[in-house]
Amino acid sequence: MYTEKVMEHFMNPHNMGEIENADGIGEVGNAKCGDIMKMFLKIENGIIIDCKFKTYGCASAIATSSVATDMVKGLAIEDAVKLSNKAVVDALGGLPAHKIHCSVLAEQAIKAAISDYYVKQGIDPTPIVGEQHCDCDHCSDCCGI
Amino acid sequence: MECKKFVYADNAATTRLSTDVLNKMMPYLTENYGNASSLYNFGNIARSAVDLARKQIADAICAEQNEIYFTAGGSESDNWAIKGIAATMRKKNKNHIISSAFEHHAVLHTLKALEKEGFEVTFLPVYENGIISIDDLKNSIREDTGLVTIMFANNEIGTIQPISQIGEICKDKKIIFHTDAVQAVGNIAIDVKSLNIDLLSMSAHKFHGPKGVGALFVRKGIFLPNLIHGGGQERSRRAGTENVAGIVGMGAAIEISCRNIEQKNKKLRAISQRVIDGALRIERSRLNGDPEKRLAGNVSLCFEGIEGESLLLMLDAMGVCASSGSACTSGSLDPSHVLLSIGLPHEIAHGSLRLSFSDENTLEDADKILEVLPGIVKRLRSISPLWDKIKQKEIKH
Repeated sequence: MYTEKVMEHFMNPHNMGEIENADGIGEVGNAKCGDIMKMFLKIENGIIIDCKFKTYGCASAIATSSVATDMVKGLAIEDAVKLSNKAVVDALGGLPAHKIHCSVLAEQAIKAAISDYYVKQGIDPTPIVGEQHCDCDHCSDCCGI
Repeated sequence: MECKKFVYADNAATTRLSTDVLNKMMPYLTENYGNASSLYNFGNIARSAVDLARKQIADAICAEQNEIYFTAGGSESDNWAIKGIAATMRKKNKNHIISSAFEHHAVLHTLKALEKEGFEVTFLPVYENGIISIDDLKNSIREDTGLVTIMFANNEIGTIQPISQIGEICKDKKIIFHTDAVQAVGNIAIDVKSLNIDLLSMSAHKFHGPKGVGALFVRKGIFLPNLIHGGGQERSRRAGTENVAGIVGMGAAIEISCRNIEQKNKKLRAISQRVIDGALRIERSRLNGDPEKRLAGNVSLCFEGIEGESLLLMLDAMGVCASSGSACTSGSLDPSHVLLSIGLPHEIAHGSLRLSFSDENTLEDADKILEVLPGIVKRLRSISPLWDKIKQKEIKH
Protein backbone atom coordinates (compact mmCIF):
# COMPACT_ATOMS: atom_id res chain seq x y z
CA MET A 1 0.00 0.00 0.00
CA TYR A 2 2.79 2.45 0.89
CA THR A 3 5.95 3.31 -1.05
CA GLU A 4 9.34 2.39 0.37
CA LYS A 5 9.94 6.07 1.00
CA VAL A 6 6.80 6.36 3.13
CA MET A 7 7.77 3.30 5.16
CA GLU A 8 11.29 4.64 5.58
CA HIS A 9 10.02 7.95 6.98
CA PHE A 10 7.41 6.17 9.08
CA MET A 11 9.79 3.68 10.66
CA ASN A 12 12.57 6.22 11.16
CA PRO A 13 11.01 9.66 11.16
CA HIS A 14 13.27 12.70 10.90
CA ASN A 15 12.90 15.74 13.14
CA MET A 16 10.74 14.11 15.79
CA GLY A 17 10.05 16.03 18.95
CA GLU A 18 9.61 19.59 20.14
CA ILE A 19 11.70 22.73 19.95
CA GLU A 20 12.02 24.55 23.23
CA ASN A 21 11.16 28.23 22.89
CA ALA A 22 10.05 27.69 19.32
CA ASP A 23 9.46 30.84 17.28
CA GLY A 24 6.34 29.40 15.71
CA ILE A 25 4.07 26.50 16.61
CA GLY A 26 1.24 25.22 14.44
CA GLU A 27 -1.24 22.49 15.19
CA VAL A 28 -3.86 21.09 12.83
CA GLY A 29 -6.23 18.13 12.79
CA ASN A 30 -8.20 16.68 15.65
CA ALA A 31 -8.39 13.52 17.68
CA LYS A 32 -11.85 12.58 16.43
CA CYS A 33 -10.60 12.28 12.87
CA GLY A 34 -7.57 10.31 13.92
CA ASP A 35 -4.78 12.74 13.16
CA ILE A 36 -3.15 15.71 14.81
CA MET A 37 0.03 17.34 13.53
CA LYS A 38 2.02 19.81 15.55
CA MET A 39 4.98 21.63 13.98
CA PHE A 40 7.66 23.67 15.74
CA LEU A 41 9.84 26.24 13.94
CA LYS A 42 13.07 27.95 14.92
CA ILE A 43 13.56 31.00 12.75
CA GLU A 44 16.61 33.25 12.43
CA ASN A 45 16.90 36.14 10.00
CA GLY A 46 13.89 34.95 8.08
CA ILE A 47 15.32 31.47 7.63
CA ILE A 48 13.86 28.30 9.15
CA ILE A 49 16.92 26.92 10.89
CA ASP A 50 15.11 24.09 12.61
CA CYS A 51 11.75 22.36 12.32
CA LYS A 52 10.38 19.52 14.42
CA PHE A 53 7.08 17.72 14.67
CA LYS A 54 4.84 15.67 16.88
CA THR A 55 2.11 13.68 15.16
CA TYR A 56 -0.74 11.47 16.25
CA GLY A 57 -1.98 9.50 13.31
CA CYS A 58 -1.45 6.78 10.77
CA ALA A 59 1.79 5.86 9.02
CA SER A 60 1.26 8.38 6.24
CA ALA A 61 0.56 11.17 8.74
CA ILE A 62 3.88 10.45 10.44
CA ALA A 63 5.74 10.07 7.14
CA THR A 64 4.35 13.31 5.68
CA SER A 65 5.29 15.16 8.88
CA SER A 66 8.80 13.78 8.66
CA VAL A 67 9.35 14.65 5.01
CA ALA A 68 7.67 18.07 5.28
CA THR A 69 9.92 19.10 8.18
CA ASP A 70 12.91 17.97 6.11
CA MET A 71 11.74 20.05 3.18
CA VAL A 72 11.26 23.36 5.00
CA LYS A 73 14.46 23.19 7.02
CA GLY A 74 16.89 25.79 5.70
CA LEU A 75 14.25 27.57 3.65
CA ALA A 76 13.42 31.27 3.82
CA ILE A 77 9.95 31.75 5.29
CA GLU A 78 8.56 33.04 2.01
CA ASP A 79 9.68 29.82 0.31
CA ALA A 80 8.42 27.58 3.10
CA VAL A 81 4.98 29.14 2.77
CA LYS A 82 4.89 27.87 -0.79
CA LEU A 83 5.34 24.24 0.28
CA SER A 84 2.46 22.39 -1.32
CA ASN A 85 0.89 19.13 -0.32
CA LYS A 86 1.67 17.87 -3.81
CA ALA A 87 5.38 18.46 -3.27
CA VAL A 88 5.12 16.45 -0.03
CA VAL A 89 3.36 13.61 -1.85
CA ASP A 90 5.97 13.67 -4.63
CA ALA A 91 8.82 13.57 -2.13
CA LEU A 92 7.32 10.39 -0.71
CA GLY A 93 6.98 8.79 -4.13
CA GLY A 94 3.19 9.01 -3.89
CA LEU A 95 0.47 8.28 -1.35
CA PRO A 96 -2.69 6.15 -1.65
CA ALA A 97 -5.66 8.32 -2.68
CA HIS A 98 -7.35 8.18 0.72
CA LYS A 99 -4.13 9.33 2.39
CA ILE A 100 -3.67 12.53 0.39
CA HIS A 101 -5.44 14.17 3.31
CA CYS A 102 -2.30 13.63 5.41
CA SER A 103 -0.17 15.65 3.01
CA VAL A 104 -2.72 18.47 3.17
CA LEU A 105 -2.43 18.40 6.94
CA ALA A 106 1.37 18.62 6.70
CA GLU A 107 1.15 21.67 4.44
CA GLN A 108 -1.41 23.27 6.74
CA ALA A 109 0.66 22.54 9.84
CA ILE A 110 3.72 24.28 8.39
CA LYS A 111 1.57 27.26 7.39
CA ALA A 112 -0.05 27.36 10.83
CA ALA A 113 3.40 27.44 12.46
CA ILE A 114 4.53 30.27 10.16
CA SER A 115 1.33 32.21 10.91
CA ASP A 116 2.00 31.76 14.59
CA TYR A 117 5.51 33.13 14.08
CA TYR A 118 4.14 36.25 12.37
CA VAL A 119 1.47 36.75 15.01
CA LYS A 120 4.17 36.58 17.68
CA GLN A 121 6.06 39.25 15.73
CA GLY A 122 2.96 41.43 15.74
CA ILE A 123 2.50 40.98 12.00
CA ASP A 124 -0.80 40.01 10.40
CA PRO A 125 0.00 36.67 8.70
CA THR A 126 -2.97 36.61 6.35
CA PRO A 127 -1.42 38.59 3.46
CA ILE A 128 1.72 36.43 3.60
CA VAL A 129 0.45 32.97 4.49
CA GLY A 130 -3.00 33.38 3.00
CA GLU A 131 -6.35 32.24 4.33
CA GLN A 132 -6.06 28.84 5.94
CA HIS A 133 -8.32 26.57 4.03
CA CYS A 134 -8.67 22.87 3.52
CA ASP A 135 -9.66 21.54 0.13
CA CYS A 136 -9.12 17.87 0.70
CA ASP A 137 -12.04 15.44 0.67
CA HIS A 138 -11.61 14.48 4.29
CA CYS A 139 -14.04 15.43 7.02
CA SER A 140 -14.98 19.09 7.09
CA ASP A 141 -13.63 20.05 10.47
CA CYS A 142 -10.47 18.04 10.75
CA CYS A 143 -7.96 20.53 9.47
CA GLY A 144 -8.63 22.55 12.56
CA ILE A 145 -9.57 25.62 10.63
CA MET B 1 13.11 -18.33 -0.25
CA GLU B 2 13.55 -18.33 3.47
CA CYS B 3 10.35 -17.63 5.29
CA LYS B 4 10.52 -15.00 8.01
CA LYS B 5 9.40 -16.32 11.35
CA PHE B 6 6.48 -14.25 12.49
CA VAL B 7 3.65 -14.39 14.98
CA TYR B 8 0.34 -14.73 13.18
CA ALA B 9 -2.29 -13.20 15.46
CA ASP B 10 -5.02 -12.39 12.96
CA ASN B 11 -6.99 -15.63 12.89
CA ALA B 12 -10.31 -13.78 12.94
CA ALA B 13 -9.32 -12.46 9.50
CA THR B 14 -8.34 -15.87 8.20
CA THR B 15 -6.54 -18.99 9.34
CA ARG B 16 -3.80 -21.13 7.91
CA LEU B 17 -5.09 -23.98 5.76
CA SER B 18 -4.35 -27.07 7.82
CA THR B 19 -1.93 -29.47 6.15
CA ASP B 20 -4.21 -32.43 6.90
CA VAL B 21 -7.05 -30.55 5.23
CA LEU B 22 -4.94 -29.73 2.20
CA ASN B 23 -3.98 -33.38 1.84
CA LYS B 24 -7.66 -34.34 1.84
CA MET B 25 -8.34 -31.72 -0.82
CA MET B 26 -5.47 -32.48 -3.17
CA PRO B 27 -6.93 -35.52 -4.97
CA TYR B 28 -9.95 -33.40 -5.92
CA LEU B 29 -7.69 -30.76 -7.43
CA THR B 30 -5.75 -33.35 -9.37
CA GLU B 31 -6.87 -36.84 -10.42
CA ASN B 32 -10.47 -36.74 -9.18
CA TYR B 33 -11.49 -33.74 -11.22
CA GLY B 34 -14.89 -35.09 -12.21
CA ASN B 35 -18.03 -32.97 -12.00
CA ALA B 36 -20.00 -34.00 -8.94
CA SER B 37 -23.21 -33.72 -10.96
CA SER B 38 -22.12 -36.14 -13.70
CA LEU B 39 -23.72 -39.56 -13.82
CA TYR B 40 -20.70 -41.73 -14.64
CA ASN B 41 -18.65 -43.28 -11.92
CA PHE B 42 -15.84 -40.75 -12.23
CA GLY B 43 -18.30 -38.01 -11.30
CA ASN B 44 -19.65 -40.14 -8.45
CA ILE B 45 -16.24 -40.04 -6.78
CA ALA B 46 -16.64 -36.29 -6.46
CA ARG B 47 -20.29 -36.65 -5.48
CA SER B 48 -19.42 -39.02 -2.64
CA ALA B 49 -16.78 -36.60 -1.39
CA VAL B 50 -19.30 -33.74 -1.37
CA ASP B 51 -21.82 -35.93 0.46
CA LEU B 52 -19.26 -36.86 3.10
CA ALA B 53 -18.40 -33.18 3.65
CA ARG B 54 -22.09 -32.36 4.00
CA LYS B 55 -22.36 -35.01 6.68
CA GLN B 56 -19.27 -33.71 8.48
CA ILE B 57 -20.74 -30.21 8.54
CA ALA B 58 -24.20 -31.37 9.59
CA ASP B 59 -22.68 -33.45 12.40
CA ALA B 60 -20.60 -30.52 13.62
CA ILE B 61 -23.68 -28.37 14.28
CA CYS B 62 -26.18 -31.17 15.05
CA ALA B 63 -28.11 -30.63 11.82
CA GLU B 64 -29.37 -33.00 9.14
CA GLN B 65 -27.38 -33.43 5.95
CA ASN B 66 -30.19 -32.09 3.80
CA GLU B 67 -30.20 -28.90 5.84
CA ILE B 68 -26.69 -27.92 4.67
CA TYR B 69 -26.12 -25.95 1.45
CA PHE B 70 -22.67 -25.11 0.16
CA THR B 71 -21.93 -21.54 -0.86
CA ALA B 72 -18.91 -19.47 -1.82
CA GLY B 73 -18.41 -18.23 1.75
CA GLY B 74 -19.84 -16.36 4.71
CA SER B 75 -20.90 -13.28 2.77
CA GLU B 76 -22.92 -15.30 0.28
CA SER B 77 -24.52 -17.31 3.07
CA ASP B 78 -25.54 -14.11 4.88
CA ASN B 79 -26.86 -12.49 1.71
CA TRP B 80 -28.81 -15.56 0.74
CA ALA B 81 -30.36 -16.08 4.17
CA ILE B 82 -31.39 -12.46 4.68
CA LYS B 83 -32.50 -11.56 1.17
CA GLY B 84 -34.26 -14.90 0.79
CA ILE B 85 -36.24 -14.61 4.01
CA ALA B 86 -37.00 -10.96 3.24
CA ALA B 87 -38.53 -12.06 -0.07
CA THR B 88 -40.80 -14.55 1.71
CA MET B 89 -41.74 -11.88 4.28
CA ARG B 90 -43.16 -9.69 1.53
CA LYS B 91 -45.69 -12.38 0.69
CA LYS B 92 -46.76 -12.54 4.34
CA ASN B 93 -47.00 -8.75 4.66
CA LYS B 94 -44.19 -8.74 7.16
CA ASN B 95 -41.89 -5.79 6.85
CA HIS B 96 -39.76 -5.68 9.97
CA ILE B 97 -36.35 -7.19 10.66
CA ILE B 98 -34.38 -7.09 13.91
CA SER B 99 -30.60 -7.17 13.98
CA SER B 100 -27.77 -5.73 16.05
CA ALA B 101 -25.73 -2.58 15.62
CA PHE B 102 -22.42 -4.39 15.25
CA GLU B 103 -23.08 -7.07 12.68
CA HIS B 104 -20.49 -7.93 10.06
CA HIS B 105 -20.83 -5.82 6.91
CA ALA B 106 -22.13 -8.86 5.02
CA VAL B 107 -25.23 -8.61 7.21
CA LEU B 108 -25.24 -4.87 7.86
CA HIS B 109 -24.95 -3.80 4.22
CA THR B 110 -27.48 -6.43 3.12
CA LEU B 111 -29.94 -4.98 5.64
CA LYS B 112 -29.15 -1.42 4.49
CA ALA B 113 -29.96 -2.51 0.94
CA LEU B 114 -33.26 -3.99 2.15
CA GLU B 115 -34.07 -0.74 3.95
CA LYS B 116 -33.82 1.02 0.60
CA GLU B 117 -36.35 -1.47 -0.72
CA GLY B 118 -38.78 -0.48 2.02
CA PHE B 119 -38.04 -2.93 4.82
CA GLU B 120 -37.78 -1.57 8.34
CA VAL B 121 -34.82 -2.73 10.34
CA THR B 122 -34.24 -2.31 14.07
CA PHE B 123 -30.57 -2.43 15.00
CA LEU B 124 -30.40 -3.39 18.66
CA PRO B 125 -27.75 -1.57 20.69
CA VAL B 126 -24.95 -3.71 22.08
CA TYR B 127 -23.86 -1.62 25.07
CA GLU B 128 -20.42 -1.36 26.57
CA ASN B 129 -19.98 -5.09 27.04
CA GLY B 130 -20.72 -5.77 23.38
CA ILE B 131 -23.80 -7.88 24.03
CA ILE B 132 -27.42 -7.22 23.05
CA SER B 133 -30.11 -7.03 25.72
CA ILE B 134 -32.83 -9.67 25.61
CA ASP B 135 -35.32 -7.08 26.90
CA ASP B 136 -34.45 -4.82 23.96
CA LEU B 137 -35.10 -7.73 21.63
CA LYS B 138 -38.46 -8.51 23.25
CA ASN B 139 -39.47 -4.86 23.13
CA SER B 140 -38.54 -4.54 19.47
CA ILE B 141 -40.68 -7.42 18.25
CA ARG B 142 -43.72 -6.27 16.28
CA GLU B 143 -46.67 -7.95 14.58
CA ASP B 144 -44.85 -7.68 11.27
CA THR B 145 -41.41 -8.84 12.43
CA GLY B 146 -40.39 -11.67 10.12
CA LEU B 147 -36.69 -12.11 10.77
CA VAL B 148 -34.18 -11.75 13.55
CA THR B 149 -30.56 -11.85 12.39
CA ILE B 150 -27.98 -11.58 15.14
CA MET B 151 -24.40 -12.75 14.97
CA PHE B 152 -23.22 -15.61 17.14
CA ALA B 153 -19.91 -13.97 18.07
CA ASN B 154 -18.55 -10.63 16.99
CA ASN B 155 -15.63 -10.58 14.59
CA GLU B 156 -13.83 -7.60 16.12
CA ILE B 157 -14.38 -7.80 19.84
CA GLY B 158 -15.29 -11.47 20.08
CA THR B 159 -18.33 -11.06 22.32
CA ILE B 160 -20.79 -13.95 22.27
CA GLN B 161 -24.48 -13.16 22.01
CA PRO B 162 -27.25 -14.89 24.03
CA ILE B 163 -28.12 -17.14 21.10
CA SER B 164 -30.08 -19.69 23.11
CA GLN B 165 -32.41 -17.02 24.54
CA ILE B 166 -32.81 -15.33 21.16
CA GLY B 167 -33.66 -18.69 19.59
CA GLU B 168 -36.25 -19.42 22.24
CA ILE B 169 -37.94 -16.05 21.84
CA CYS B 170 -38.01 -16.35 18.06
CA LYS B 171 -39.45 -19.85 18.25
CA ASP B 172 -42.11 -18.66 20.66
CA LYS B 173 -43.01 -15.66 18.46
CA LYS B 174 -42.74 -17.69 15.23
CA ILE B 175 -40.06 -15.41 13.84
CA ILE B 176 -37.28 -16.82 11.70
CA PHE B 177 -33.89 -16.62 13.39
CA HIS B 178 -30.69 -16.37 11.33
CA THR B 179 -27.25 -16.14 12.88
CA ASP B 180 -23.97 -15.24 11.25
CA ALA B 181 -21.78 -17.81 12.98
CA VAL B 182 -18.69 -17.25 10.86
CA GLN B 183 -16.54 -16.49 13.91
CA ALA B 184 -18.19 -19.05 16.15
CA VAL B 185 -18.07 -22.30 14.17
CA GLY B 186 -15.08 -24.33 15.28
CA ASN B 187 -14.66 -22.16 18.39
CA ILE B 188 -17.97 -22.76 20.16
CA ALA B 189 -19.94 -26.01 20.31
CA ILE B 190 -23.13 -25.36 18.35
CA ASP B 191 -26.33 -27.40 18.38
CA VAL B 192 -28.75 -25.72 15.99
CA LYS B 193 -31.64 -27.80 17.30
CA SER B 194 -31.34 -26.99 20.99
CA LEU B 195 -30.47 -23.36 20.18
CA ASN B 196 -33.55 -23.03 17.92
CA ILE B 197 -31.53 -21.59 15.08
CA ASP B 198 -33.34 -21.54 11.73
CA LEU B 199 -30.50 -20.39 9.49
CA LEU B 200 -26.78 -20.30 10.21
CA SER B 201 -23.92 -18.94 8.06
CA MET B 202 -20.38 -20.25 8.18
CA SER B 203 -17.12 -19.92 6.31
CA ALA B 204 -14.40 -22.57 5.94
CA HIS B 205 -11.32 -20.35 6.06
CA LYS B 206 -12.07 -19.25 9.62
CA PHE B 207 -11.39 -22.76 10.93
CA HIS B 208 -8.30 -23.82 8.96
CA GLY B 209 -10.26 -24.69 5.83
CA PRO B 210 -9.83 -23.18 2.37
CA LYS B 211 -11.01 -19.72 1.28
CA GLY B 212 -13.93 -19.31 -1.11
CA VAL B 213 -16.22 -21.93 0.40
CA GLY B 214 -18.90 -21.67 3.05
CA ALA B 215 -22.24 -23.12 3.95
CA LEU B 216 -25.70 -22.12 5.01
CA PHE B 217 -27.75 -24.25 7.35
CA VAL B 218 -31.44 -23.96 6.54
CA ARG B 219 -33.78 -25.73 8.93
CA LYS B 220 -36.00 -28.27 7.24
CA GLY B 221 -39.40 -26.77 6.43
CA ILE B 222 -38.15 -23.23 5.91
CA PHE B 223 -38.63 -22.04 2.38
CA LEU B 224 -35.68 -20.01 1.15
CA PRO B 225 -35.82 -18.80 -2.46
CA ASN B 226 -32.63 -18.98 -4.48
CA LEU B 227 -30.04 -16.24 -4.53
CA ILE B 228 -28.06 -17.94 -7.31
CA HIS B 229 -30.21 -19.33 -10.10
CA GLY B 230 -29.00 -21.82 -12.67
CA GLY B 231 -28.28 -25.54 -12.64
CA GLY B 232 -29.68 -28.12 -10.30
CA GLN B 233 -26.82 -28.28 -7.81
CA GLU B 234 -27.52 -28.27 -4.08
CA ARG B 235 -30.97 -29.73 -4.70
CA SER B 236 -31.68 -26.81 -7.05
CA ARG B 237 -31.30 -24.31 -4.24
CA ARG B 238 -27.86 -22.96 -5.11
CA ALA B 239 -26.65 -23.21 -8.68
CA GLY B 240 -23.04 -23.57 -9.78
CA THR B 241 -20.70 -26.50 -10.29
CA GLU B 242 -19.64 -27.74 -6.88
CA ASN B 243 -16.28 -26.48 -5.59
CA VAL B 244 -15.44 -30.08 -4.78
CA ALA B 245 -11.96 -29.58 -3.35
CA GLY B 246 -13.13 -26.59 -1.31
CA ILE B 247 -16.13 -28.50 0.01
CA VAL B 248 -13.97 -31.51 0.90
CA GLY B 249 -11.61 -29.14 2.72
CA MET B 250 -14.45 -27.51 4.60
CA GLY B 251 -15.78 -30.88 5.74
CA ALA B 252 -12.37 -32.06 6.91
CA ALA B 253 -11.62 -28.75 8.61
CA ILE B 254 -14.88 -28.55 10.54
CA GLU B 255 -14.48 -32.12 11.73
CA ILE B 256 -10.99 -31.44 13.06
CA SER B 257 -11.80 -28.08 14.62
CA CYS B 258 -14.97 -29.26 16.36
CA ARG B 259 -13.28 -32.33 17.79
CA ASN B 260 -11.80 -30.86 20.96
CA ILE B 261 -13.34 -27.44 21.33
CA GLU B 262 -13.12 -27.38 25.13
CA GLN B 263 -9.50 -28.40 25.20
CA LYS B 264 -8.62 -25.99 22.44
CA ASN B 265 -10.39 -23.13 24.19
CA LYS B 266 -8.55 -23.84 27.40
CA LYS B 267 -5.30 -23.32 25.53
CA LEU B 268 -6.61 -20.25 23.72
CA ARG B 269 -7.84 -18.68 26.96
CA ALA B 270 -4.39 -19.08 28.47
CA ILE B 271 -2.75 -17.35 25.49
CA SER B 272 -5.34 -14.56 25.38
CA GLN B 273 -5.22 -14.00 29.12
CA ARG B 274 -1.46 -13.70 29.09
CA VAL B 275 -1.68 -11.07 26.36
CA ILE B 276 -4.53 -9.23 28.10
CA ASP B 277 -2.74 -9.19 31.46
CA GLY B 278 0.46 -7.96 29.86
CA ALA B 279 -1.18 -5.36 27.63
CA LEU B 280 -3.34 -3.91 30.37
CA ARG B 281 -0.19 -3.07 32.31
CA ILE B 282 0.28 -0.34 29.70
CA GLU B 283 -1.29 2.82 31.08
CA ARG B 284 -4.51 4.03 29.52
CA SER B 285 -5.25 0.77 27.79
CA ARG B 286 -8.47 -1.21 27.85
CA LEU B 287 -9.99 -4.51 26.84
CA ASN B 288 -13.02 -4.06 24.58
CA GLY B 289 -16.14 -6.11 25.21
CA ASP B 290 -17.19 -8.46 27.96
CA PRO B 291 -14.16 -10.07 29.62
CA GLU B 292 -15.93 -13.42 30.03
CA LYS B 293 -18.53 -13.84 27.30
CA ARG B 294 -16.04 -13.71 24.44
CA LEU B 295 -14.33 -16.00 21.99
CA ALA B 296 -11.40 -17.63 23.76
CA GLY B 297 -8.95 -16.52 21.07
CA ASN B 298 -10.04 -12.88 20.74
CA VAL B 299 -8.17 -9.99 22.35
CA SER B 300 -9.48 -6.54 21.44
CA LEU B 301 -7.61 -3.65 23.00
CA CYS B 302 -7.45 0.12 22.79
CA PHE B 303 -4.46 2.28 23.61
CA GLU B 304 -5.19 5.95 24.11
CA GLY B 305 -3.15 8.58 22.32
CA ILE B 306 -2.06 6.48 19.36
CA GLU B 307 -3.54 5.43 16.06
CA GLY B 308 -4.16 1.81 15.11
CA GLU B 309 -2.62 1.72 11.65
CA SER B 310 0.72 3.01 12.93
CA LEU B 311 0.58 0.41 15.67
CA LEU B 312 -0.15 -2.39 13.18
CA LEU B 313 2.63 -1.43 10.80
CA MET B 314 5.15 -1.22 13.62
CA LEU B 315 3.98 -4.58 14.95
CA ASP B 316 4.35 -5.93 11.42
CA ALA B 317 7.91 -4.62 11.27
CA MET B 318 8.57 -6.54 14.49
CA GLY B 319 7.04 -9.72 13.07
CA VAL B 320 3.50 -9.63 14.47
CA CYS B 321 0.43 -9.81 12.20
CA ALA B 322 -2.61 -8.21 13.81
CA SER B 323 -5.59 -6.05 12.92
CA SER B 324 -7.23 -2.77 13.95
CA GLY B 325 -10.59 -1.05 13.70
CA SER B 326 -9.10 2.40 13.18
CA ALA B 327 -10.41 4.62 10.40
CA CYS B 328 -7.16 4.33 8.50
CA THR B 329 -7.36 0.56 8.40
CA SER B 330 -11.06 0.49 7.60
CA GLY B 331 -10.43 2.72 4.57
CA SER B 332 -13.09 5.16 5.71
CA LEU B 333 -13.16 8.30 7.83
CA ASP B 334 -14.66 6.66 10.86
CA PRO B 335 -13.28 3.96 13.08
CA SER B 336 -15.13 0.64 12.93
CA HIS B 337 -18.86 0.63 13.61
CA VAL B 338 -18.25 -2.17 16.10
CA LEU B 339 -16.05 -0.07 18.36
CA LEU B 340 -18.39 2.91 18.07
CA SER B 341 -21.38 0.65 18.86
CA ILE B 342 -19.93 -0.23 22.26
CA GLY B 343 -19.74 3.47 23.04
CA LEU B 344 -16.06 4.18 22.49
CA PRO B 345 -15.34 7.77 21.48
CA HIS B 346 -13.69 8.14 18.05
CA GLU B 347 -10.30 9.08 19.45
CA ILE B 348 -10.13 5.92 21.55
CA ALA B 349 -11.53 3.67 18.84
CA HIS B 350 -8.77 4.92 16.49
CA GLY B 351 -6.23 3.31 18.82
CA SER B 352 -7.61 -0.21 18.61
CA LEU B 353 -5.76 -3.46 18.19
CA ARG B 354 -7.27 -6.88 17.57
CA LEU B 355 -5.17 -9.96 18.23
CA SER B 356 -6.92 -13.22 17.39
CA PHE B 357 -5.40 -16.59 18.13
CA SER B 358 -5.98 -20.09 16.85
CA ASP B 359 -4.90 -23.45 18.23
CA GLU B 360 -1.71 -23.07 16.19
CA ASN B 361 -0.58 -20.20 18.44
CA THR B 362 1.46 -20.77 21.57
CA LEU B 363 2.17 -19.05 24.87
CA GLU B 364 5.53 -18.11 23.35
CA ASP B 365 3.60 -16.10 20.74
CA ALA B 366 1.93 -14.21 23.58
CA ASP B 367 5.35 -13.51 25.09
CA LYS B 368 6.74 -12.32 21.76
CA ILE B 369 3.84 -9.91 21.36
CA LEU B 370 4.35 -8.59 24.87
CA GLU B 371 8.04 -8.14 24.19
CA VAL B 372 7.36 -5.62 21.44
CA LEU B 373 3.92 -4.13 22.13
CA PRO B 374 4.69 -1.87 25.12
CA GLY B 375 7.73 -0.39 23.38
CA ILE B 376 5.78 0.39 20.23
CA VAL B 377 2.95 2.02 22.16
CA LYS B 378 5.50 4.05 24.12
CA ARG B 379 7.31 5.12 20.97
CA LEU B 380 4.14 6.24 19.18
CA ARG B 381 2.98 8.08 22.30
CA SER B 382 6.32 9.85 22.55
CA ILE B 383 5.59 11.61 19.24
CA SER B 384 1.85 12.03 19.79
CA PRO B 385 0.52 15.50 20.60
CA LEU B 386 -2.73 13.79 21.60
CA TRP B 387 -0.88 11.82 24.24
CA ASP B 388 0.62 15.07 25.55
CA LYS B 389 -2.90 16.46 25.82
CA ILE B 390 -4.15 13.38 27.61
CA LYS B 391 -1.28 13.65 30.03
CA GLN B 392 -2.01 17.33 30.56
CA LYS B 393 -5.62 16.35 31.20
CA GLU B 394 -6.71 18.68 28.45
CA ILE B 395 -8.90 15.89 27.18
CA LYS B 396 -10.89 14.18 29.87
CA HIS B 397 -12.61 10.86 29.25
